[in-house]
Amino acid sequence: MDMHLVDNIGAEDITQEPTRAGFGRGLVLAGKADKNVVALSADLTESTQISKFAEEFPGRFVEMGVAEQNLVTVASGMAAMGKVPFASSYAAFAPGRCWEQIRTTICLNDRPVKLVGSHAGVSVGPDGATHQMLEDIALMRSLPNMVVIAPGDSIEAEKATQAIATNGKPSYLRLAREKTAVFTTDTTPFEIGRAYVLREGTDLAIMATGTMTYQALVAAEKLAKDGINAEVVHVPTIKPLDVHTVTASAKKCGRVITVEEAQAAAGFGSAVAELLSETWPVPVKRIGMQDRFGESGKPNELLVQFGLDANHIAMQAHNWIERMPQYR
Amino acid sequence: MAQQLTIPQLEEMATTIRADIIRMVEKASSGHCAGPLDQADIYTALYFNIMKHDPKNPDWPERDILIQSNGHTVPVRYAAMARSGYFPVEELGTLRQLGSRLQGHPERTKLPGLETTSGPLGSGLSQAAGMAKALQIDENHTRWVYCTVGDGELNEGNNWEAIMFAAKYRLHNLVVIVDRNNIQIDGNTENVMPLEPLRDKWEAFGWHVQEIDGHNIESVIDACSMARAIVEKPSVIIAHTIPGKGVPFMEYDYHWHGGAPNSQQAKDALKKLRSMGGKISGDHN
Repeated sequence: MDMHLVDNIGAEDITQEPTRAGFGRGLVLAGKADKNVVALSADLTESTQISKFAEEFPGRFVEMGVAEQNLVTVASGMAAMGKVPFASSYAAFAPGRCWEQIRTTICLNDRPVKLVGSHAGVSVGPDGATHQMLEDIALMRSLPNMVVIAPGDSIEAEKATQAIATNGKPSYLRLAREKTAVFTTDTTPFEIGRAYVLREGTDLAIMATGTMTYQALVAAEKLAKDGINAEVVHVPTIKPLDVHTVTASAKKCGRVITVEEAQAAAGFGSAVAELLSETWPVPVKRIGMQDRFGESGKPNELLVQFGLDANHIAMQAHNWIERMPQYR
Repeated sequence: MAQQLTIPQLEEMATTIRADIIRMVEKASSGHCAGPLDQADIYTALYFNIMKHDPKNPDWPERDILIQSNGHTVPVRYAAMARSGYFPVEELGTLRQLGSRLQGHPERTKLPGLETTSGPLGSGLSQAAGMAKALQIDENHTRWVYCTVGDGELNEGNNWEAIMFAAKYRLHNLVVIVDRNNIQIDGNTENVMPLEPLRDKWEAFGWHVQEIDGHNIESVIDACSMARAIVEKPSVIIAHTIPGKGVPFMEYDYHWHGGAPNSQQAKDALKKLRSMGGKISGDHN
């Protein structure tokens, strides 16, 4: 499938924009398409980019104040009355602070609330560990009924926002604060539940979610220079996982590396490992945060510090495949 | 539309519902007695007089909404629903059994007519507020959102977030009824975590407050009527109740918050209910 990616991947001049900006645009489009779309903010209207919706549809915008438990439960009530509520905060606070309310009043209750967790990952930067959410994937993917999406860039975030507005299910959208490379285009396909092979390869499969996919693409270029032919699979939907694409890629390449800007425990890589252990067991190496919190620093410094940049991904991949045979 | 009963009929219905509660919880061998019994008059008033609803069409778009934040007291709601025609009374005997629609705590997706899933305390009021806000956005002036809240669950901070929120948006279509029975699992509310001065707290948060005898059905109806006439702020009705009301050996005793009567206790309880607490003599069992 032609993925219609940009043609300057890895270049210095690639366009940079935060995924939250794409969400802000997508929400306005979703609001235009359906008058039942409403938006709720917990005193972070500008930084979650929900402000664009608030300006366009002031009567459908609800300011909750700093109260995340109320944010998600009021959203549940609004969904009960036919609204499509987008409830947004920093991921550390929602879903971080209000998991039980999400579990009971949204998931068990099966109400189509759209949770938007901005500022996920260590690339939040100088705010430090308190604000760098790393456990949200684990928290959300363990909940029945919940759909979990981490878009790769701002264009995909715009598409994902519109997609969850009409999927009729509880959904979690994971967004980042920092500008990241825009590697997809308007014509790049996006469907909830689909993973996409962005680069064909045979030596190993690198499966990445969220903005880590760009790092994986650049890492694959570096590996190619060493004669290693890596496949890159972009997995924006962490739940439900694309069983077919993930399994097929594992079969083809015989070993898998997962990359996420989140705890390696119980997150995206774990989801892939769980799946493959049942469908096509191959060695899986999970790149992510290794059982530790982040810290203050510049976003790019932190990615390097924790081994989540393209160079480190390539280096880890290279070292790992030297001692790990392919299982096909 | 559901039938509207007269006051004497309502009082009789409340007794029937109390008997249903005793039988249900005894058969299930688990569940809660005190809260359901003490809210029998409130739920009878809501289902048989106050609320606009249609038991044969639970999703009727014009219906009023009732959120039961204190989900552990759901036997009173199941009984009121069965008696008003949502499902056969015999189904009450399936409470808490495998495969039953009558889950130990209410689950919306299992039983038509339940408006939400509740049990974990402190989040019903905010859902009710969200519903009232949605109606406000739609400029709907014909539907009301009622929400029963236990007094013990006011320990939960989520409630106070919702109380601020409802006042901010002047959600006058929201009517909260607090079951002020003064008990919670670990004892008396004022020993576990003091709530008083409870009226002052709600007033300070910008609500219209009424205090009533929660066992006087006419008072419940009048207070809800008054609440609907208040247009500038949300309303709370603090309904003073006696935990375990109607069964003398359960009344006022926090040990009956959770826990089922054994068969002899259930027999005694039903006898007390049928004889109006011993005031009527006769051949009851």
